[in-house]
Amino acid sequence: MALATGSAGLWCKPTEAVDIVVAGARVVDPLEGLDEVLDVTVEGGVITSLEQARAPRPRLLVTPGFVDPHVHLRAPGREDEEDLASGTAAAAAGGYCAILAMPNTDPVVDSAAVLGALIDDAKTNAQIPVGFFASITRDLAGEELSDMVELAECGAVGFTDDGRPVRSAGLMRRALQYSGAAGRSLSLHEEEPTLASGGHMHEGAVSAELGIGGWPSIAESVMVERDVALAQYESRPLHFMHLSAQESVDALRRARELGVEASGEVSPHHLCLTDEAVRSLDTNLKMNPPLGAEADRQALLEGVRDGTIEAIATDHAPHALHEKELPFEEAPFGVTGLETAFSVLYSRLVMTGALGLGVLIERMTSGPARIFGLAPPRIAVGQPANLTLIDVERQWVVGEDGFRSRSANSWLIGEELTGCIVMTIADGRLAYAA
Amino acid sequence: MPEKTVQQPLMRDELLPPSRARRRHLISIADLGRPDIERLLGLARTFATSLDRDVKKLPTLRGRTVVSMFYEPSTRTSTSFELAAKRLSADVMSIRASGSSADKGESLKDTALTLGAYDPDIVVIRHTSIGAPDVVARHVDAHVVNAGDGKRQHPTQALLDLFTIDEEFGGVDGIHVAIVGDVLHSRVARSNIQALVLMGAHVTLVGPPTLIPRGIEALGCEVSHDINAIRDADVVYVLRMQRERMEAGANFVPSLREYTARWGVSAERLTKGQRVMHPGPMNRGVEITPDVADAAESLIQRQVRSGLVVRMAVLYDLVTGGPVSAVAPATIREVA
Repeated sequence: MALATGSAGLWCKPTEAVDIVVAGARVVDPLEGLDEVLDVTVEGGVITSLEQARAPRPRLLVTPGFVDPHVHLRAPGREDEEDLASGTAAAAAGGYCAILAMPNTDPVVDSAAVLGALIDDAKTNAQIPVGFFASITRDLAGEELSDMVELAECGAVGFTDDGRPVRSAGLMRRALQYSGAAGRSLSLHEEEPTLASGGHMHEGAVSAELGIGGWPSIAESVMVERDVALAQYESRPLHFMHLSAQESVDALRRARELGVEASGEVSPHHLCLTDEAVRSLDTNLKMNPPLGAEADRQALLEGVRDGTIEAIATDHAPHALHEKELPFEEAPFGVTGLETAFSVLYSRLVMTGALGLGVLIERMTSGPARIFGLAPPRIAVGQPANLTLIDVERQWVVGEDGFRSRSANSWLIGEELTGCIVMTIADGRLAYAA
Repeated sequence: MPEKTVQQPLMRDELLPPSRARRRHLISIADLGRPDIERLLGLARTFATSLDRDVKKLPTLRGRTVVSMFYEPSTRTSTSFELAAKRLSADVMSIRASGSSADKGESLKDTALTLGAYDPDIVVIRHTSIGAPDVVARHVDAHVVNAGDGKRQHPTQALLDLFTIDEEFGGVDGIHVAIVGDVLHSRVARSNIQALVLMGAHVTLVGPPTLIPRGIEALGCEVSHDINAIRDADVVYVLRMQRERMEAGANFVPSLREYTARWGVSAERLTKGQRVMHPGPMNRGVEITPDVADAAESLIQRQVRSGLVVRMAVLYDLVTGGPVSAVAPATIREVA
């Protein structure tokens, strides 16, 4: 697979390579320093020419295909909520050319057998290339390390206990050390369990008013601080997933200034929403980590702008309708996001001037690819075609035409967004066309 | 060309809230404006005079159905709602259940849909889960009254407390109320802070730092951790201290003894002329001493009586779409 490096792989069902000419589009690839109106020719799945456009089409934007390093595909175990076919179809519809799936499935991806079965599934059913994380600890129990070297050899892209923190500092240290032998880094879900206990939303004025159990932002940041210290001591890289708190962004920035090889990601919902939204008690606004205060949102945005946060990741977390249709405190955490990520960030952040288009594209393409050692999608002659085509003026209502995801727990249902993915070419194959 | 969809997409109708004629509900004090509260208190005063008659029943809601669903133990609130509905000649159906909707076989949504089949005019609900009344309002075409949802809201309690203070002091504006105890777990405190501040009262919360939620000052109240802060108040409002909060290991307070010694309301800690209120049920000897509970300054029995007329006012107001008052009735919360 074109995006793969080393033995970390991405897998996809084989389809025919595409031949296409995308004429007159504004082509933006921050990695190539490209922002021009061009005709892009793809032959046999490879970009064969980039030429000055003869007839500009001002609504059409072409970017490198998006890379999402944080997706829950729910397979194996909860195929009623999502599976590889539906999840990768949703990703393709959102403009993604590669996604990485979390291992908190049932059974957990903690053995070569489970990982191997997923890879076989992907070779038959994945609409776009997909890679798989394996768990740091067996059964996510936080007690014993999983067989990291074997899992890496089998193709795991990295290790994470996403959904749960690695509670024990001692075990975390061993995981940092041993993951070096596997040649993969750790991705961490940071949540100090005794501080987050009983929390269902950010602790602050809104939780005080609503009476919903508060989850203090320091529940995340004290773990970020702990693991930065461990990573520095062990000279090992670390990735912090779905950051939500100002204190965590500050800690990550300090860590990088100290030379710690630490990276971070943030979700579209944490960039667009605050805990004020929870007043509606809509369970599609319940996520882990919870939506923070406006100061947290601003800190996350600044982190994205200054490069402290290198990746935007959806944390796409499908849930069955009947499980979300419960009172707020009883509903599970998590929202879908693959099909709306670019459009909502474009509508709410780029169009308002909060974020530059180039920065957004970088954080959705080469930023995440770099963290996980994947070859970044590039718009250059000779490169495999990983392209996302966007109609930047088209307005659409989320949910109006249903979702390609098997679940509908989007926080944007009924919202009108500007900017619509019209085509996705992933690894030289046509993955989606509106 | 890949398939456009891998499975049948959900239809829009299943995803978007159903459009239906809007109903007025009483779910949170936060949804009310000062004119709404004044209207409801005025209506309650009218009903209070009817309680002095020999025949206490009014024909106002004859032919209407009130369903009362209590998923949590309650004596005064459930009986108060039931009697209020009966005094207005409504048909009343009471359902009692225990446990949260999650650990029951039937979800709250399904229970609500079942009740909805009886075409109730009003559903009164108490539930352990925050937002349970909102769930019912989404699924049943009836006016919904929140009789307490988890730690969030208990709006009729706040209204009856306003009624009691108004009756005692001739107004709420400028009255200083100290709310003492476990604010963190108290829906009564949340509703009362909002209602009192809205009506111009000065509110001070007093209790141990572990039981005062971070950020609560944003509602417009002050916070003190010193019990002596109650001395300047006109009304000392004592919250129920739930024993399970003080069990070993909960660590909200080190012990019952420590709590009572530092924050219990006793005669020595009160000043002359102060009025004492409590939403009940009381833990005599824990948050309040028995002599204070039974003293002449206690408004606790008056609160129970106020509860009846205030709940009559709420039921009447919802069904009739607002009384003769010129105030637009639509400002009571609407849920599509």
